[in-house]
Amino acid sequence: MINLFQKFGRGWLEVFERFGRAHMFLFQLIAALPSLFGRWGLLIKQLHSTGVMTLLIILVSGLFVGMVLALQGYNSLVRFSAEEALGQFVALVLFRELAPVLTALLFAGRAGSAMTSEIGLMKATEQLAGLEMMAVDPYKRVFAPRLLAGFLAVPALTAMFGAVAILGGHLVGVELLGVDAGAYWSQMKSEVSFTHDVLNGLFKALVFGFVICWIAIFEGADCVPTSEGVSGATTRTVVYSSLAVLGLDFVLTALMF
Amino acid sequence: MMGNVNTTSESGSQLVQIRDLHFQRGSKRIFRGIEMDIPRGKVTTIMGPSGTGKTTLLKLIGGQLKPAKGTIEVDGQSVSQLSRAGLYDLRKRMGMLFQSGALLTDLTVFDNVAFPVREHTDLPESLVRHLVLMRLHAVGLRGARDLYPAELSGGMARRVALARALILDPMMIMYDEPFTGQDPISMGVLLDLIKTVNSALGLTSLIVSHDLHESMSISDYVVIVSDGKVVEAGSPDALRNSSSAWVQQFLNGASDGPVPFQLDAPDYKDDLLGSGSNTPAANGSVAR
Repeated sequence: MINLFQKFGRGWLEVFERFGRAHMFLFQLIAALPSLFGRWGLLIKQLHSTGVMTLLIILVSGLFVGMVLALQGYNSLVRFSAEEALGQFVALVLFRELAPVLTALLFAGRAGSAMTSEIGLMKATEQLAGLEMMAVDPYKRVFAPRLLAGFLAVPALTAMFGAVAILGGHLVGVELLGVDAGAYWSQMKSEVSFTHDVLNGLFKALVFGFVICWIAIFEGADCVPTSEGVSGATTRTVVYSSLAVLGLDFVLTALMF
Repeated sequence: MMGNVNTTSESGSQLVQIRDLHFQRGSKRIFRGIEMDIPRGKVTTIMGPSGTGKTTLLKLIGGQLKPAKGTIEVDGQSVSQLSRAGLYDLRKRMGMLFQSGALLTDLTVFDNVAFPVREHTDLPESLVRHLVLMRLHAVGLRGARDLYPAELSGGMARRVALARALILDPMMIMYDEPFTGQDPISMGVLLDLIKTVNSALGLTSLIVSHDLHESMSISDYVVIVSDGKVVEAGSPDALRNSSSAWVQQFLNGASDGPVPFQLDAPDYKDDLLGSGSNTPAANGSVAR
């Protein structure tokens, strides 16, 4: 019985210890951010590998999500003869919730996992130790560019997800199901507020991008440097960042809308 | 001879001085008051059985790990008391060759060797090119400049890493198991390189290895470490003539002697009959 309590206590202590380590890591990460000024090449390279390389999956997913939204929205709205409100419905659902959340989840699966495994393998193959011994700070050279790139990439990807999804909605709603094109666009324009809906959605995306990159980089840098350790860290990145995105989305929605 | 070991050189000619160093990892005590001097301008090899913490010692000297107690002075500076900036300044004058080479896999050989120069200086690219090509030529790999690390053999990767370690003209280079897994030709090339580089550039070389004959053939000074302490130190000839049974067992590779063949374990009969514990933790040998 006492053994059980000991194990339980030790387990929680380890969780809190890791949580504390993650925060210390974050402080060092933020302190390293100013070193990126003047070293834009590092940032652009990471923007390419995290942002540009995720673009295709975001655009394809956005198109289908928009098409599905239009289909479901039309079926519900048509019962009340309110199918003209389809544009407003698609845009609001997208900008407020689906675009930031789905983009963040896809980003965590595509770029977050890649970030963790890359950093984890750099640790396992002594590249991080090698940088340290060459008097190059891995926080400045490796971690900070990835954090900033993710922070900037997720809102940009979210905006693109939203834009493509609205086009997908147009494709199904207007071209396929016959909703009036003028009504689709004018309802959207009059009922969707740029500051309240679009900017709040992009702010969510900023927060998600920051948290996903923090988790991904920390998991990579903190992993046990073995193949099993790296694979475990990659899985944890996807699980933790997905949960963090969904949990934070609830909190942010409650505060914003 | 246990404990304090000094070279015959006069005081002040030691580049690294280690005094009463204690270090432990988890519950395992790796060093228990180890004392050691590394002479300036010489090739020194640290040898010892596997698991005695030879690589850990290099990490302690490089400031990647902090000792629990004791001091490590490199060129008169106490490594564990340096600030981060001070430590980085010291590391610019130290090169380290990792067992795997630790080359950055997303850069070509040329960019890997140029990396420290580009990070720490504002030299024009034409000068960087000269420096890199000179170092690559010295290790015989000028023709491999456009290859990526994944395209290199293990021996080539280590030679590129050596070129990278040399590019900032360090005062000391630490080699972590440089001969492991090398074919005879690569081994010969590396041995020649280490010796030549040391004498031509006036470096201090510190090698951690258990490749006895190869290391002894190029070393001026050898330190044998076991069980957290220095067992014996001296020139290769002095060690070959040592009266210590332990040293003789180590140098001759005898399977049993003062170093037992069997690791501490419960009674063999009890173990087989099932009364012993089967958890690895019982032997205290869980590696993380």
